[in-house]
Amino acid sequence: MARARARAAYAPLGLAPTGILLIGSVYCLFPVSWVVIAATKTSGELFSSSTFSLGTGFFQNLADLAAYREGVFWLWMLNTLLYAGGGALLSTAVSAVSGYTLAKYRFAGRNLIFNILIGGILVPAVVLAIPQYLLFAKVGLADTYWSVLLPQILHPYSIYLARVYAGAAIPDSLLEAGRIDGASHWTLLTRVALPLMGPGMVTIFLFQFVAIWNNFLLPFIMLGDDGKFPLTVGLYTMLAAGANHPSLYNLILIGTFLALIPLIALFLTMQRFWRTDLSSGAVKA
Amino acid sequence: MTTRKSWAPYLFLTPAVTLFALFLALPIGYTVYLSLRRTKVSGLGLGKGSKREIFVGLDNYVAAIGDGELWAGWLRVLGYAVLVLAVMLGLALVFALMLDAARVRLARFSRIAIFLPYAVPGVAASLMWGFLYLPSVSPISELFGVAPLSQSAIVYSMANVAVWGGTGFNMLVLYTNLRAISQDLYQAARIDGASELQIALRIKIPILAPAIILVTVFSIIATIQVFTEPTTLRPLTNTISSTWSPLMKIYRDAFVTGDLYAAAATAVVIAGISLVLSFGFLRVVKNHAFGEA
Repeated sequence: MARARARAAYAPLGLAPTGILLIGSVYCLFPVSWVVIAATKTSGELFSSSTFSLGTGFFQNLADLAAYREGVFWLWMLNTLLYAGGGALLSTAVSAVSGYTLAKYRFAGRNLIFNILIGGILVPAVVLAIPQYLLFAKVGLADTYWSVLLPQILHPYSIYLARVYAGAAIPDSLLEAGRIDGASHWTLLTRVALPLMGPGMVTIFLFQFVAIWNNFLLPFIMLGDDGKFPLTVGLYTMLAAGANHPSLYNLILIGTFLALIPLIALFLTMQRFWRTDLSSGAVKA
Repeated sequence: MTTRKSWAPYLFLTPAVTLFALFLALPIGYTVYLSLRRTKVSGLGLGKGSKREIFVGLDNYVAAIGDGELWAGWLRVLGYAVLVLAVMLGLALVFALMLDAARVRLARFSRIAIFLPYAVPGVAASLMWGFLYLPSVSPISELFGVAPLSQSAIVYSMANVAVWGGTGFNMLVLYTNLRAISQDLYQAARIDGASELQIALRIKIPILAPAIILVTVFSIIATIQVFTEPTTLRPLTNTISSTWSPLMKIYRDAFVTGDLYAAAATAVVIAGISLVLSFGFLRVVKNHAFGEA
């Protein structure tokens, strides 16, 4: 056995995994690091200086972006925060309550409701976005904040995750004890179940936050007024307007750079919550 | 587990069920309804009442299936999807196995770096790569000897954006599944003289098969709906038509040419194709993940 271990230690493959992963890391970091550098370049430097040399125009670009259409970029940033933050918060609440109920209650129609809700995973976004727009238009809510916020609250996969997590994280005995003490369903939900589901809810919140932050199709279809745009649609319209005006490229690049900062910060600080498996019931560091 | 009869579970599920009815069931029903109708213009089409909506049965579907432009879009997306799925999932599997390898270094750094593109919106990813594809901005075109936004290379350039954005998430799913495999299994294989490569090929990949199928089907559903990347790259090149992918054609039909009925029928066709592909997925998930249900 000692020999087998020694052989594994000197196996040539020991170097290969590290090398392959580093190549992958370089590939994944390359465009992001480039956009950081490109954001510092003036319009002239973007096309003349070498790809990875820093430019001199960072603050000028920032000022130009702030001045672009009376500062609409900051509005896009706030809108995105509102859509992603509000949407993910509501989505997590609905998912957690539904997941807990489906995991811990037995009632007529439980499996039917679960299967129907989960079936929503399979519906392509396109089948929904256009009729959702038409229906919102009928009730006069197209091109409003609601039209982007409301359709993104229900997230079937999050309900599935919440159910798995609730099943693993909430002991039946605890609920039973609470019930014997005369706790109401509401008390059991808010005082016992949801606190125990905390870490799983953080994970669901993060995935939903990113999904809404990154969504392009739904707001692109719903909104016409650029004061309500999220960053994705705003940056797209900047590009569509600026494709023939290379002088706008700098604004688009620094805008892209700024759009990445909040998500990457969230991503790096919340590392331990980025999990794709919630069945173990606890979040490990 | 509560078995008493109670109104509580129904009350707790009311928000989810209401949202489902309003934002899923109703729009789906409305799409199917629209797909069976069409505007009929009588007379010269002038004045009130000259345009009526009528029931036309499956006419819109016949038109959608006979639409050469749509088929061309399907073919383009098929080629694109095969490319994306093979490279993205291949890389995700290789990276996951490497992260799980016995003697890897800097694994934490690599895991975070490769997962990082997940936090980048598709629009931003397309913008960044789109600019990098411009010969005046980066040396990529010299490196490959072909302009990335040219007719012959555009599919690969677009696939690259999707691969870049999607590999990390799939890697993480596969890696999570790998971590759940008992180390004893590898130890036994090592004692029998198996190399790390043999352990990966003979033990890890077979155990990982259900997870691989799961991420594959998820990726298929996402890939055939490609919209953001070609739409965002379009302003930078004239090689992407407004009907490059079926989804782009639906968007154009609905909002540019104003033919909602054709758009609805095409949407239902796309949903049908996704649904057929998804059935396999549901079976897998039912057997492996919903086991406790």
